[in-house]
Amino acid sequence: MKILICLSNVPDTTTKIRLTPDAKGVDMSGVQWIINPWDELALSRAIDLKEKNPSIIEKISVMTVGGIAADPTIRKAFAMGADDGFRINAEPLDAYFVAAQLAEAIKSRPYDIILCGIESSDTNGCTVGAMLAEFLDVPSVSSVSFLDVEGGKVGIKREVDGGYQNVNTTLPFVAVVQKGIAIEPKIATMRGIMAARTKPLQVIEPAAIEPLTEVVNYELPQAKTACKMVDAANIEQLVDMLHNEARVI
Amino acid sequence: MSVLVYLENWDGKFKKLSYELVSYANGIAQQLNTSVVALSIGNVEGEELKKVSLYGASKIIAVNDPKFDQLVNQAYASVISQVAVNEQASVLVFAGNMTGKAVAPRVAVKLKAGMVTGAVALPQTTDPFVVKKKVYTGKAFASVLIKSSVKIITLAQNAYGLHEQPAEPVVEQFSPQLPEKDFATTVIETNMLTGKLLLTDAEIVVSGGRGMKGPEFWQPIEELAALLGGATACSRPVADEGWRPHHEHVGQTGKIIAPTVYFAFGISGAIQHLGGVSSSKIIVAVNKDKDAPIFEAANYGVVGDVATVLPALIKCLKDIKGQ
Repeated sequence: MKILICLSNVPDTTTKIRLTPDAKGVDMSGVQWIINPWDELALSRAIDLKEKNPSIIEKISVMTVGGIAADPTIRKAFAMGADDGFRINAEPLDAYFVAAQLAEAIKSRPYDIILCGIESSDTNGCTVGAMLAEFLDVPSVSSVSFLDVEGGKVGIKREVDGGYQNVNTTLPFVAVVQKGIAIEPKIATMRGIMAARTKPLQVIEPAAIEPLTEVVNYELPQAKTACKMVDAANIEQLVDMLHNEARVI
Repeated sequence: MSVLVYLENWDGKFKKLSYELVSYANGIAQQLNTSVVALSIGNVEGEELKKVSLYGASKIIAVNDPKFDQLVNQAYASVISQVAVNEQASVLVFAGNMTGKAVAPRVAVKLKAGMVTGAVALPQTTDPFVVKKKVYTGKAFASVLIKSSVKIITLAQNAYGLHEQPAEPVVEQFSPQLPEKDFATTVIETNMLTGKLLLTDAEIVVSGGRGMKGPEFWQPIEELAALLGGATACSRPVADEGWRPHHEHVGQTGKIIAPTVYFAFGISGAIQHLGGVSSSKIIVAVNKDKDAPIFEAANYGVVGDVATVLPALIKCLKDIKGQ
């Protein structure tokens, strides 16, 4: 069985967002780039599955859409334990564009299980995984919080409003994964970091695809009004404020 | 032309979210000078269906077939796309919840429609078609131009509210013909947490962080939530430590919520946590560290020990309620 994890290269989640002077972009100078947190958890789960089931999972690949600046993110995935990687050499213009590019690349490189994080922490789109499945005309299972391949049988658990469902589907498929698929991201070992340098990273030229959306401008949220502090010995005052001033309880 | 809104149901019923979506679709329909078509998939009775006309849906299409009792992303996407074509929909509206995330992107590919997810308001303009959404988990907003002729929007929760505009409803049944491959995914088992108010539905959310010291101290959180008719939540470290289940985790990588009031007890307010709760109307924070970042996001704050403040708050509320 071959597993592919689609990676998004995003600014560190603690980044303070600054806009460019014309507000048409986000100022990325000095930004630390990381593997999108959900993609990192997906990769961590895939590596765990391969370690536990070496006879079932033969290879873990990663793929991203991005310029050369995304290479360190792929190498980081190698250090964690991915076997090989692909970078589609184009800036990720919008979700439709990214999903279409991934689909074009995957059509000639079939995988059994494709994992996508449920959203990316920059655009908060929550769309690429399911779009990719539609382009490939394969099933997608969303909000996946558990995945197993024990005995070669794929076990999937997904979250639904107010509960969980165990579902069955046919291979190949796309699992759109959320928190719970893994708890903590895998930490790269020194051996992994050394091996990462020599693992194959293939650059693929993009297909001719037009994005369907574009950002016209950005703005920052308005500053909040100052917090009203209440003395810990005077909780009645807090209740009074919530009841009579904020009118929320 | 029309604006098509997809309506999910919960055991055959709609909820506030459904009416908010119809209100929003109606807002767009007015901008475009057209009408709203609501599509319901699943077993919903006629009287329940007609309720959405109060918010402006003049036509309601019902797909009532047991094949659709469970969410199968491919099948749902096929049905919605067929109806969109039949109704000449130029804009499709979905909820920004788990179902919307699962289905709407597939529809977008079928219809070659540009998508904006988590919209926070009506389109700023409709020609060109520009919609505002949150990006960087609430740290910025982006105004996004959709260039395709068909557009898809998912609405952020509680971003628009309810707007009544009664319409005379016409209900039509639709029986789609789908290929067998659309039903490749099947549900083996469902485990529901019964009797719990859904975190994403709750108007009041009571949440605890590492400052609660351990799972054995959670009773007052539960008690306060019950007293206020709210739901319980927690921060990421609490879920990761296994003190509370993962479905209670609010924050960037957990659930994004937008309640009327959010109580944060013993939560320092890391930027990732704030990303999940910053849409709350009012945030109340209790933390022993006066410099905790949660106070920068909060509307009301108490510097103190949760172990004494929480019981005092519960007692005060009980006194008022005469319990």
